[in-house]
Amino acid sequence: MVSDQRSLASDRALPKLAVWKFTSCDGCQLSLLDCEDELLLLAGQLDIAYFLEASSQVKEGPYDISLVEGSITTPADAQRILDVRRQSQVLISIGACATAGGIQALRNFADIQAFTRAVYAHPEYIATLKESTPISAHVTVDFELQGCPINKHQLIEVISAFLHQRPPQVANHSVCIECKLRGNVCVWVAHGTPCMGPVTHAGCGAICPSYNRGCYACYGPKENSNTGSLCHWWAENLHVENTLIIENLRNFNPLAPAFKQESEGRADGDSD
Amino acid sequence: MESLKLRAEHLEVLIHAIRADGYQLYGPLLDNGAITYGEIGTASDLPQGWTDEQEGGQYRLKRRADKAYFGYAVGPHSWKQYLQLPRRPVWKASNSGGDLQILEIEEAPVKLAFLGVRSCELHGIAIQDRVFSQGNYSNESYTRRRAELFTIALECTTAADTCFCMSMNTGPYVRLPSDLILTEVVNSDTHFLLIRSGSPEGEAILKQLPTEIATKTDLKQAIEAVDQTAQKMRSGPRNFDSSDLKELLYRNYDSPIWDKVAERCLSCANCTMACPTCFCSTVEDSTDLTGTKAERWERWDSCFTADLSHLSGGPVRADTRTQYRQWMTHKLATWYDQFDSSGCVGCGRCITWCPVGIDITEEVQNIRAQEKP
Repeated sequence: MVSDQRSLASDRALPKLAVWKFTSCDGCQLSLLDCEDELLLLAGQLDIAYFLEASSQVKEGPYDISLVEGSITTPADAQRILDVRRQSQVLISIGACATAGGIQALRNFADIQAFTRAVYAHPEYIATLKESTPISAHVTVDFELQGCPINKHQLIEVISAFLHQRPPQVANHSVCIECKLRGNVCVWVAHGTPCMGPVTHAGCGAICPSYNRGCYACYGPKENSNTGSLCHWWAENLHVENTLIIENLRNFNPLAPAFKQESEGRADGDSD
Repeated sequence: MESLKLRAEHLEVLIHAIRADGYQLYGPLLDNGAITYGEIGTASDLPQGWTDEQEGGQYRLKRRADKAYFGYAVGPHSWKQYLQLPRRPVWKASNSGGDLQILEIEEAPVKLAFLGVRSCELHGIAIQDRVFSQGNYSNESYTRRRAELFTIALECTTAADTCFCMSMNTGPYVRLPSDLILTEVVNSDTHFLLIRSGSPEGEAILKQLPTEIATKTDLKQAIEAVDQTAQKMRSGPRNFDSSDLKELLYRNYDSPIWDKVAERCLSCANCTMACPTCFCSTVEDSTDLTGTKAERWERWDSCFTADLSHLSGGPVRADTRTQYRQWMTHKLATWYDQFDSSGCVGCGRCITWCPVGIDITEEVQNIRAQEKP
């Protein structure tokens, strides 16, 4: 057997992994610590060089793989992400904040100064940007792993793929395919439950529909996400109020283009 | 030869006889607001007294006024889930110091029996047989699971509003071979299953049952029950002439109808997952973190994903318009060139389980209407 010359770690020390946090809840980085069975194996294949959630011991860059969690919401973050990119051979953004702005991107549809005035006694001390933006709005991203939070098995799959220079097996199709593979009865068609599954990116394994509730799109849009048609059916046939439709589009991935465009159209009263 | 009937209370004996013969028996059962297929242990597992109402994008269970065991139309599941498995491991490999070992995964032989297979579904299985067992692309897993399949077919006495087997010449009368064939008759006076065998294996089971000779009245009632299903479909809105479908679709590759459908289609792939004949699968290859273990899995895929048509340079069908066109044109037209039959059996699953109710029969009419000057 001919050995694979492309392997990252074949002729030198273990590849260095860094995990970065921007504006986020830490849930996606915790998915890495949550990889209980694989964690020791992972530590054997990678030098976990920078991961503050796990250890305060850090090693200098550059890093072979950087996992980036969170969105960019402050001027300091906007600078720091440039530095992370400079130090990273491969940059993978993980989670809804990093890939589509996260819940905090709801500010993008409102007046941020009104928020800071309402919350802080001295809003002039708050250095925050008007908008929360995904990592890809600031630097080149090599791979985006969607989800709120991400699926730990998908994370291991993506890391394995980059380690061994093969394409990650992360399907871009709908949650519906995962539902049908499980043999679930469709909650939309059989129960009349509004479900975001048909426009939502697979990866969770169709957890919510498996427990008889509608998908609420925490994995963001799938490829060719036809939110217009879905929302039309929700309104006309499932009798869902426009406010609730907009909330579902903005839950976790408000800046994902397919969700953003439809939610803005509906917020402007252009409901169909 | 005399016709035989089995009283409804003796359905249990039939179920027991099949299971005692070593078959894993699958059939209809109530599951989470629908009639799905699952393992059947006793007659009480069956959805007795239940039926369904179906329309585009909508399915609802309803109580029947009688105690019919098979008084429903086809549901979200199809038998393909037991023959072409949704996910299965194909092989595993390990590489230890340059010593590459590949282990093919071969499942233990299994004897499957399906209870309540409608004519449209027998056609669905026959179509998949041509794809997986009789053509150039044989699938050994399918062929092995199919080899010992025992079918208990059902003359269809309940059609949903989404059914159009009459248009596709696939029902409701059972014309394809089946080991046993039942016709359920239920009314205020009587409840029985007319039963006949279609194979030596079926005959062997039939001989074990406490059957009775059917009277002329019994036979008349059974024929009428299926005839009224045929009549319902013939007079329904989804009845159409399918004789020119191949030519129609070949002529309409650039029809503006495809753009109209794409505005509604979610490309969610539910139609293809629910379809009893859609056979597309993909293989997923992955390695573990160490790079010394690899696996290949086969799983259902769909022409509504860009990955399915991904070739060097990108997907051939990246957008919903071309994906829907591919699905419908393959199903109703190019399937003839490839497998010498239609790929559609008229079961209506793609209509019911489409979240936005896109109706393949309606799209046929739309394309036809668009063509007229």
